[in-house]
Formats: sequence, C-alpha cells, structure tokens
Amino acid sequence: MGNVPAALKHCLSYEQLTRDYPWLAAWLQREKRNAITDLPKFVKIVEVGPRDGLQNEKEIVPTDVKIQFIDLLSKTGLPAIEATSFVSSKWVPQMADHTDVLQGIHRAPQVKYPVLTPNLRGFRTAIAAGATEVAVFGSASETFSRKNINCSIEESMQRFEEVVRAAKELQIPVRGYVSCVLGCPYEGDIEPSKVTKVVKTLYGMGCYEISLGDTIGVGTPGSMARLLDSVKKEVPMSTLAVHCHDTYGQALANILVALQMGVSVVDSSVAGLGGCPYAKGASGNVSTEDVLYMLHGLGVETGVDLSKVMEAGDFICKALNRKTNSKVAQAKCRL
Amino acid sequence: VVPLSLSRLRPASQAVAVSSVNPLPKQVKIVEVGPRDGLQNEKLTVPTEVKLQFIDMLSETGLPVIEATSFVSPKWIPQMADQAEVTQGIRKRPGVVYPVLAPNLKGFQAAVKAGADEVAIFSTVSELFAMKNANCSVEESLQRAEEVTRAAKAAGVRVRGYVSCVLGCPYEGHVSPDKVAQMAKHIYAMGCYEISLGDTIGVGTPGSMRAMLDAVSKEVPVDRLAVHCHDTYGQALANILVALQMGVSVVDSSVAGLGGCPYAPGASGNVATEDLVYMLHGLGIHTGVDLQKVMDAGAFICRFLNRRTSSKVAQASCRL
Repeated sequence: MGNVPAALKHCLSYEQLTRDYPWLAAWLQREKRNAITDLPKFVKIVEVGPRDGLQNEKEIVPTDVKIQFIDLLSKTGLPAIEATSFVSSKWVPQMADHTDVLQGIHRAPQVKYPVLTPNLRGFRTAIAAGATEVAVFGSASETFSRKNINCSIEESMQRFEEVVRAAKELQIPVRGYVSCVLGCPYEGDIEPSKVTKVVKTLYGMGCYEISLGDTIGVGTPGSMARLLDSVKKEVPMSTLAVHCHDTYGQALANILVALQMGVSVVDSSVAGLGGCPYAKGASGNVSTEDVLYMLHGLGVETGVDLSKVMEAGDFICKALNRKTNSKVAQAKCRL
Repeated sequence: VVPLSLSRLRPASQAVAVSSVNPLPKQVKIVEVGPRDGLQNEKLTVPTEVKLQFIDMLSETGLPVIEATSFVSPKWIPQMADQAEVTQGIRKRPGVVYPVLAPNLKGFQAAVKAGADEVAIFSTVSELFAMKNANCSVEESLQRAEEVTRAAKAAGVRVRGYVSCVLGCPYEGHVSPDKVAQMAKHIYAMGCYEISLGDTIGVGTPGSMRAMLDAVSKEVPVDRLAVHCHDTYGQALANILVALQMGVSVVDSSVAGLGGCPYAPGASGNVATEDLVYMLHGLGIHTGVDLQKVMDAGAFICRFLNRRTSSKVAQASCRL
C-alpha cells in the first residue's frame, strides 16, 4: 500500500492489521468463540401448544382433554402457558370453549396463563372468565392483516389500543405478537423496518413483551439477525421474544442466533403441535422438547423438566391420534 | 488494552455476519452422502440402475462431492453389495468428485480396480463403537486405515478421513473433545486431506459442537475440517451454524435426509441437504447447488423407497 499511514493501512486491510499485530488475531478469535456461546443464563419458554398448537390442528380436542393437557404442562416448570383464545368461535371453532378451559384448569402458582384477546369484547369475556394476562396479535404485513383478522394494520392497532387501555386499568399485563416478521405468505419478503414500526407501536402502547413471529417459517439465521439488528434500535432486547416456525427446518438455528444477539424469551409448542395452514403437509411451531434439548445442552437454564414435557406431548398426540413433530420425542421413542 | 472499536472490525475478505463478531464463510462445500450413508441405512435395498439414476440426478445439481458407494463386505452391508457396478456405472460429471468408502486394503484395491479416484476411511474414538460397528478395536481400525492411506498415497488417490461419535457414543455416552482432537490429528497426519467430524447419533448441541471444534482446531487447520451432523434430536442445523461461525466451511448432508438412525428406531438420521442449502442460501453463502434440482433427486429416491422425505423444505414445497 506504499506511503499510507499505518492506521489507514489497518483500516483498509484486516490481513495487514493482523500481520502487524499477531496477538490481535488470537484475541479476536477468542472473542469470536465466546460470542458464539455467550448466551443468556436463563431463557423463559412460553408454551403455546394449547392455543397456537391446538388452533392449527385438524382435530378439535374436547374441553376436558384440553384441561388435562394444560394441567400436565403446569407440572413441567414451564413459566408461561398460553391457555386459549377469546376469538369468535365462528372464526376459530377449536377455541370455542375458551371460558370453560380457562375456568377449568388448575393454575399452578408461579405460572402465567395468557390468553389471546383480539379486541375489547374478547378482552372483557376473558376477564369475566378469570384471565390474568392477555395477548394481542398484530402483523407486519398489510395483506396478512386483512386476510387473517379482516382489517388493516392501522385499524388493528386501534383495536389493541382499546384492549391495552382497558387492561392497564385492571393492571392486566399485555403481551404483543407481530406475525410475518421474516416473510409473508402473500407479500413475500418483509422489510425489517416494517416490523420495527409495528413493534415500536405495540411497545409504546404498553405491551410488556413483544413476540416476533416467523409465521411461515421462511426465515434463516441471516434474516433473523437482520431483523433483530433493526428492532433492537427501538426497543430493549429484554422485551423481545422469538416465535419461530419450523416449516423449513430453520427454527432452532434461528433461535440460536436470536439468543446470541441477546433475546432470552422463546415461544414453542409441545410436540410441535400446529401445522402450517399455508403449506399443506408442512410442520409449524418449533417443538418445545427440541428447544429444551438445545438450551440445556448449551447450559442455559429454563426451569423446565424435559421428560415431563415429553409426557404431556405423548398425552396430546394420543388424543389427537397423530405422531409427534418433536425429533427429541421421536428419538426417545415417544412417537 | 485493545480499543473497543477494533473489536468491530469485520475482515474484508469474509462476508455475511450473523452478528458483528462472527463472520461466516463466503462459500461452503457440501459433501452429499445420500447414495452411501443415506442408502446404507435405509431398510429397502435399492437396485443398481435406480442408484445410478439417483447419482446421475445429483450430478446435475451442482453438488461438488457425491459419496457414491462403500467398498465394505456385502456380508455386513448388503445395501452396498453392487459397489463395483455403481462406481463403474455412474456418469462422472467433470468437476464433481465421487469418493467411496474403503474400510481396509482389500476394499481399497477393489475400489481402485473399479475406477475410484478418491476414497474415505473411517475412525472412531470409542472402543465399544469400533467393536460393534467394525468388529475390531480402535487400534486395529487405525492400522487398517494406515494401510489404505499408504496404498492411496502410492496410487495418487486422495483420502478423506471420518471420525465418528465426536459428540457422543451410543454405547459409551460422553466423548471427550481432546480424544476427538487426538484422533483427528492422527488421521490428518496419516495423509487425509480433509477430516469429517461426525455426530453419529445426533446428540450434540451447539455447546458441545463448539467445545469439540475448539479442541480439534488446535490440532488440525479449520479449513481441513468438515462437520457431519445427524438430525436425530433436531439439532443439526444449529450445530452446523456454530461450526460455520467457528470457521468450518465443509458440510456433509444427505438429500431428503436419507438414512435413519440405527440406534434409535423411528428416529431420523442425516441432516437433509435441502434444509442445509436453504439455510446457507438464506445466509448469503455460496454453495453452487441448485435447490430445486436437489429436491427433484430427493423426490425421485423417496418415491422409489416408498417413504416420505425427511427434509422440511421438501415437505413445505409439497415434495413429499
């Protein structure tokens, strides 16, 4: 590079820099290795099987089976179990028994049982049924919003604002979901900035946590990293959760990258319940068992007992007459 | 004391970071093991013509390496009994390498006679696994490997080395990263140009992968290492991602995730090539592979084997 100041040479060429400072390459290599497994010490798992899972299964599960299922999950150490959805049974018949389920379960102390409340009416019904935490669902894609909840993103935010305001008065925490964060079945690629805008709105409203959903599972560690890079500029990493679908087998790799970037809340579904309504025959939610296996192997604490989760998975798969989607369960012959 | 700003340096020669500190390789070489490791572990034995058609389809996908067959005694592995016909029958595409397994000198000689120009040898750090899998001790298996590498050197044939059970053994349980490192070092010194580290029963997680690669990369240059991950516990892609973050740029996989796990009935085995390619392309990493054509080959062999694909990408694309 000739007559160029050393400092400039080093900015222009990493190779030059490491040649002149050999200790630096070793130091950076160490930093690199640490960053790979510099993960949160504790990860909170939000179990969505009873809601997101069952909502997307073909078979409708009777109320008493749902209650038994949730009661099994309550014994596993899972800190949050999404119990049901107060959405109109016209749209989601699988959740028609929302009140009976919520009133029927044995709530374990220290476990949260959030329920979906898409609007004020659903919220009020949920409260009357005894809900102590609720969740609202937004989308990063206009088309998905219109097709899924029959209104624009703007309109949906207004509905949620009403829910959040009512919830605040009753001191009910609200979790926010954003769907299609890494891709939309109708619009294709989604700009991270669009997601960030929705996340910022929900956070500003008062949602204590925002779950970023890769609704059709198209994301890869690359798009996950790009998304988080954008979102973390507007909301603290500690408020974010990832809700990865395993439709293309990418979920665990996507979750790993999210953890490496500081996310410490992960949504998953026991036995990988809940297929993907947009890809016939494809899988949907990532399996809680497989997530736990990875986290525990990484030395990350979750407070959850994997074998008890597998029992719950076993139970519900028998009831649904289907095989588990969890590879860990398959490997341990809990088909 | 290093100024904080220096830690944000991104090596100019490497691209695509998933975080600011872990740049990934720009290019990854995929070693397709479906015709060998895959078919070897399938219940149905595939007729020679179908195998040839299968390998010929794979040759059109851009995959740079396709492991064609195994010169192991048909007494042990009947699925590979047609080893010579397969080796002689494939239409070798220029630029594509077709290694074959050669567990001992006899197998090597038969392979070379059949026209093989690259072979692979197998090692393990677990005594029990060696006994149950190859009916000999680790020491004996290394002697056999030594004979093969010596003969290969003389014949100008390249040798790839495999180490199995690197993250856990079905019989011995936990495997020490240092033992794996010593074994890798040993076979590298023997003359293997590349060492493929196999998580044979898929029990590894990104944590154990990192610890193992930490140890091995101290003994063998990281650009000579490959990872061969099984997806038995769903961990394969996460493990591969960590390996990439640590500088590995060669990954073994099996189209359609062919090849169950003989140690866990009903469980899956090899990671699916389609799912791997999907991840790599999503990361902006170049593979030279056409995913659509790989799915075509996967659909073909699954139809023949009368089984569903194990690849999630193929399932999502309705290539069941």
